[in-house]
Amino acid sequence: MPKSARLAVRKTYKLFIGGAFPRSESGRTFVVNGDNAALASRKDARDAVLAARAAQPKWAGATAYNRGQVLYRIAEMLEARRREFTPFGVKADEMDATIDRWVWYAGWSDKIAQVTGGANPVAGPFFNISSPEPTGVVAVVAPPSLLGLVSVIAPAVVTGNTVVVLAPEAQTAITLAEVLATSDVPGGVVNILTGKYAETAPWLAAHADVNALDLTGVEHAELAAELERAAAGTLKRVIRPRPDADFTADPGLRPMTALLETKTVWHPKGE
Amino acid sequence: MFSYAPAPESRSVVEIASSYGLFIDGAFDPSKDGNVFKTVNPATEEVLAEVASAGSEDVDRAVDAARRAFQSWSTLPGSERAKYLFRIARIIQERSRELAVLESLDNGKPIKESRDVDLPLVAAHFFYYAGWADKLGYAGFGPDPKPLGVAGQIIPWNFPLLMLAWKIAPALATGNTVVLKPAETTPLSALFFADICRQAELPPGVVNIVTGAGDTGAYLVQHPDVNKVAFTGSTEVGREIARSVAGTGKRLTLELGGKAANIVFDDAPIDQAVEGIVSGIFFNQGHVCCAGSRLLVQESIAEELLFSLKRRMSTLRVGDPLDKNTDIGAINSAAQLARITELSEIGAQEGAERWSPECQLPDRGFWFAPTIFTGVTQAHRIAREEIFGPVLSVLTFRTPAEAVEKANNTPYGLSAGIWTEKGSRILAIAGKLRAGVVWANTFNKFDPASPFGGYKESGYGREGGRHGLEAYLA
Repeated sequence: MPKSARLAVRKTYKLFIGGAFPRSESGRTFVVNGDNAALASRKDARDAVLAARAAQPKWAGATAYNRGQVLYRIAEMLEARRREFTPFGVKADEMDATIDRWVWYAGWSDKIAQVTGGANPVAGPFFNISSPEPTGVVAVVAPPSLLGLVSVIAPAVVTGNTVVVLAPEAQTAITLAEVLATSDVPGGVVNILTGKYAETAPWLAAHADVNALDLTGVEHAELAAELERAAAGTLKRVIRPRPDADFTADPGLRPMTALLETKTVWHPKGE
Repeated sequence: MFSYAPAPESRSVVEIASSYGLFIDGAFDPSKDGNVFKTVNPATEEVLAEVASAGSEDVDRAVDAARRAFQSWSTLPGSERAKYLFRIARIIQERSRELAVLESLDNGKPIKESRDVDLPLVAAHFFYYAGWADKLGYAGFGPDPKPLGVAGQIIPWNFPLLMLAWKIAPALATGNTVVLKPAETTPLSALFFADICRQAELPPGVVNIVTGAGDTGAYLVQHPDVNKVAFTGSTEVGREIARSVAGTGKRLTLELGGKAANIVFDDAPIDQAVEGIVSGIFFNQGHVCCAGSRLLVQESIAEELLFSLKRRMSTLRVGDPLDKNTDIGAINSAAQLARITELSEIGAQEGAERWSPECQLPDRGFWFAPTIFTGVTQAHRIAREEIFGPVLSVLTFRTPAEAVEKANNTPYGLSAGIWTEKGSRILAIAGKLRAGVVWANTFNKFDPASPFGGYKESGYGREGGRHGLEAYLA
């Protein structure tokens, strides 16, 4: 009897919420390249916002140095696990750029406040200083590519925000989640939902405990406009779609500053 | 107690015409359909002037003029744009007494505020941004940042000329052209500013002023050839604007309402804190988006502080805005007075205890005595809604953590105040407050170099400082 070929063990690609990998509470799945992936629901989106909100104060309150260390650790883990992305069509140069992007953002953690804040020379006997602070919980419709995905997550989290990411490419995104889960990133800082973003994004756009909405990956102008309208209900900060985005280009500061608030503190001077 | 003899500032420094047109493309013209509205002195209900009400065709014409002017204004060397702005700043300084009296007449604010706060800040704002016009490459927005195009700007009635300065100065410095709509109840200082633009020989179309009510503003916001919308006003209208701009690609900044907590700890110097509480809520009749309208006082000193506060409130002089001794002027409009009156009645109905000092209010005009409510809980509407008047809600707390939680328990996030002698506490509490401006041991201070703007539903974007340039750069 001929030796039979070994039957491979297939992986289910589950959601990433609060540092854990749950299935969708709806029990729904869809098939990607022969594997099952979770089809996120409204309830999953709400759970992810809860996890992101719970994680946000501690993440924002960590020292900038510490956040930088965590982000750099992500780059280390990504380098070590780079081959895991190959089956999903991520080429070597995109992988290089993705890892280098994490390293670039890791370094920003303790520099952005000096670049965007500082003392203001007011005309009076006052100490006056402006500092950037995270806006809070950011809901993101990510672009499909790995480099695009990292290019929306990293600027949000390095600045102390926590994110709920709607990822169109389930396998790439959940493989990245597995990297994050083994990289000292506190649970809830990054939450990733897979499935149809057109179904889940409207709930996040209207969610009262979401502070900002990044629509970078939204492909349809009409859906983007609808989400932006929904975001107006609680005056969320909105990053509009970038259908022609070149993620290999220098991102500049805007991806970070768009998710930062400026706080200005005054105090009188006197003896 | 001493009494004060009347000390009125002379009206003769300002000449108000009986009617004003729209300022479009460097000229004053009536509106296309001939519609006008009246602007009144809220202290006397006397009609000051008739002002053109801009319809959609007038707004079209203003936006067209701004678009034509944009070609040359945006390509003018920054150093030349700077000099126009310096000229404007200087003319404002030289005409500041006239403009201060005008502002007090049209708005109702005390002359000591329009003279000592509004006008100096207006001139300073133009001076500040004038200097940026030829230095934009150093501002941190890339080596060669570009203007956006035509900015549609809508401003409120509480600081008419100052809000105009906050909008127009950075827009022009960065090479944009503007169509600005002043508030319906306070159009005059913007029209005088139009005259200043002519005096400065600013090229026609760079600044256009369209007067009118909400419809005029809506035409401007929805105009397809406007690239940028900047609005200061209520959160409710801000939401509408954000909805209507959605999907158009227009850039948007919003400076909206507030319900600021002014937190007084038990180690605060009481007399200084009382002055800060008074300027926090009674400055400009409380018509201030960043007003310290919720007093959070540590329980152990509440009684002592309230005693001092009431004594201080009893010395506030309410009356003629042109009197140099007046502390609290007129409420800006009958509609605003009605809103303040209604919310105050609700405050009493909901069980809070209302107190005002005895004060004689004039027979004519719109007036509201300075008022405090004690025994207010977080559920009371007067603790949640922006009253935009001289009404203070007093709540108490026991621990710093409770103070922070109560301060942040609002959809707004514009400003906050902290009063304590302990430096480490100031820094810790300031870090935890979700508000764009935190005044520690002071309140209601403004400066062109200091970024101003809100968290959460108080809007987005910053005005003032280097940060204020970003709203007008691509």
